Amino acid sequence: MAVQALDGTRVPIDWQRLAMPAVLIVVGYGLIPAYASSYLVEAILLPFLALSLAAVGLNLLTGYCGQLSLGSSAFMAVGAFAAYNFNLRIDGLPLPATMILAGISAAGIGVVFGLPSLRLRGFYLAVSTLAAQFFVQWALTKFGWFSNYNPSGVISAPHLIVAGFPLDGATGRYLLSVTTVIVLTAVVWRLVNSATGRNFIAVRDNETAARVIGVPVLRTKLLAFAISSFIIGVAGVLWAFTYLRTVEPAGFNLDRSFQILFIIIIGGLASMRGAFLGAAFIVVFPLLLSRIGAFAFGDLFDSGVLDMSQRIVLGALIIIFLIAEPSGLSALFDRLKRRIG
Amino acid sequence: MIGASLGAAAYERASEISAILAVANPVDDRRLARLSSRPDVVLALSGIGISFGGVKALSDVDLEVEVGEIRAVIGPNGAGKSSLINIISGLYHADRGRIAIDGQSFSQVPASRLARLGVARTFQNLALFGGLSVRNNIACGRVHTRRASFVEHIAGLPRARSEDAGIAEKTDQIVAFLHLESVADRLVATLPYGLQKRVELARALVAEPKLLLLDEPMAGMTATEKAEMAGFVRAARDRHGVTIILIEHDIGVVMGLSDRVAVLDYGRKIADGTPAEVRADPAVIRAYIGTAEGENGEDIR
Ligand SMILES: Nc1ncnc2c1ncn2[C@@H]1O[C@H](COP(=O)(O)OP(=O)(O)OP(=O)(O)O)[C@@H](O)[C@H]1O
Ligand SMILES: [Mg+2]
Repeated sequence: MAVQALDGTRVPIDWQRLAMPAVLIVVGYGLIPAYASSYLVEAILLPFLALSLAAVGLNLLTGYCGQLSLGSSAFMAVGAFAAYNFNLRIDGLPLPATMILAGISAAGIGVVFGLPSLRLRGFYLAVSTLAAQFFVQWALTKFGWFSNYNPSGVISAPHLIVAGFPLDGATGRYLLSVTTVIVLTAVVWRLVNSATGRNFIAVRDNETAARVIGVPVLRTKLLAFAISSFIIGVAGVLWAFTYLRTVEPAGFNLDRSFQILFIIIIGGLASMRGAFLGAAFIVVFPLLLSRIGAFAFGDLFDSGVLDMSQRIVLGALIIIFLIAEPSGLSALFDRLKRRIG
Repeated sequence: MIGASLGAAAYERASEISAILAVANPVDDRRLARLSSRPDVVLALSGIGISFGGVKALSDVDLEVEVGEIRAVIGPNGAGKSSLINIISGLYHADRGRIAIDGQSFSQVPASRLARLGVARTFQNLALFGGLSVRNNIACGRVHTRRASFVEHIAGLPRARSEDAGIAEKTDQIVAFLHLESVADRLVATLPYGLQKRVELARALVAEPKLLLLDEPMAGMTATEKAEMAGFVRAARDRHGVTIILIEHDIGVVMGLSDRVAVLDYGRKIADGTPAEVRADPAVIRAYIGTAEGENGEDIR
């Protein structure tokens, strides 16, 4: 089969390329909303989507542009609290606009904490992004205004309405989440395959050569921080509004930053698919572990043991991945596909 | 020191240049600037000096490069050849001296503006973007001509698309010129060393520079690869009219390829002239015999 192109020639339809998006749309907008249990949505899909988006954002900065950051959780917090305040303080602001403004707020903070990247690299940069982590958490706890003077600093999700449709139920929140993730992932996908994305990779692979051929290195790094933080900020909104529904600043701690970093390491640096594979693994793995643990050890396997064994297995996995498969699950996936196909 | 082959007029001009370059005060800087703004001088260095800790990598080096020539810089290991290129490309900042590129005079060349000044370079150790394909590595060489913002790229707006198309066309031309078609879509990191060197030359050439700095483009290559590369360097000059500074250890290649040769030893320029003159220069012979002769096959005769 073929379609008529604009210039009149007939081009064959590339079924292979259309297959993936088609399956995603049927599953994402058809099967899941129709059949998924609310447990599947609330406990697995919603955190999976928010973490995937955060990982897509961090991957842009760390995987593509080579700037190591431990501040992801801070940018999620900025997104979440900014969205809460925009929604609270501007009457009738549509939800999509709230999310965009929250992303822009996170981007602004991201650029500020990206400034050290102009001088620092690798480990030193990572340490300096910790400043973002501590500063943001401190500011959100210290100034009650951010949580509208809630005594424990907790914010709760507002009513979620888009174009008159209420989206407060599990399915509604899922649809909001999946749509946001698809749109932003498409944007990032276009970006990394554009000249700007190649500038990111050039800066990552050889900063000196990049500068000499005319890549605006400083601007490129700050742009990476801005866009990455925007995406992570919106992921924070999803985390707070669609998954948890109530969050406090302490929910966005260093552990979360590490979790997102682990997602892109396990999934595969500089791979869009890797962000999703890694997030799926991070969300599903503890659930599997607790099932297996309970099955094997019964009551001995309480939450303390679960937590500890989870950390141990995860730590070991990251070391194994870094040594044996630095390109992560995404590369494993490719190899598997080649073997089968 | 300039050869008779350049003619009496050229000789006069050249001695005028070196007379001016030898002194360094503001008035002479202005004269240097006027001189180097003459269309036949692409690059003029005067009194360049740089040290690292106690090591004087370069002292009081003068060099002028005329349009369209292949200007070799040779010398034993550690003579300061790479330092010289790094100063011209703004990666090192000279302690002393001035650099005039195409009429613009600098004490420190701004590396980030290098491409727009019409200078491109390759590196002694490969400096490619390992995560990009050969074609995309080469396309990056024209990044200085891009104006479209990231928003235009994401949205695929006309300016971004036409820039992409223009750059793709230039990239294709260079890919064909350097016979890289068969590997154009491979990840550059998966290529053998000799081909990677060629991709680096392609990335520099696609910028259509006035001045091309090549830091040992044939190092570590087999004899066949070297001959091939020498052919490309010569063709780049002949077909694209680019002026070239070439650092190379293989004296055979240098003598066959270059119009003039400058010889560095312990950071000083000890000779400068046509290949024949340099080959006969006693100071050069001494420098090369002084260091283990033939170490890199660099037998001067
Ligand atoms: N960044 C640097 N830091 C410290 N010392 C340096 C630096 N760059 C060059 N040098 C020193 O300056 C001197 C000249 O080095 P340069 O690399 O310019 O020599 P070269 O002629 O290119 O040698 P080779 O043929 O080995 O490439 C050497 O003694 C070197 O150790
Ligand atoms: Mg060198």
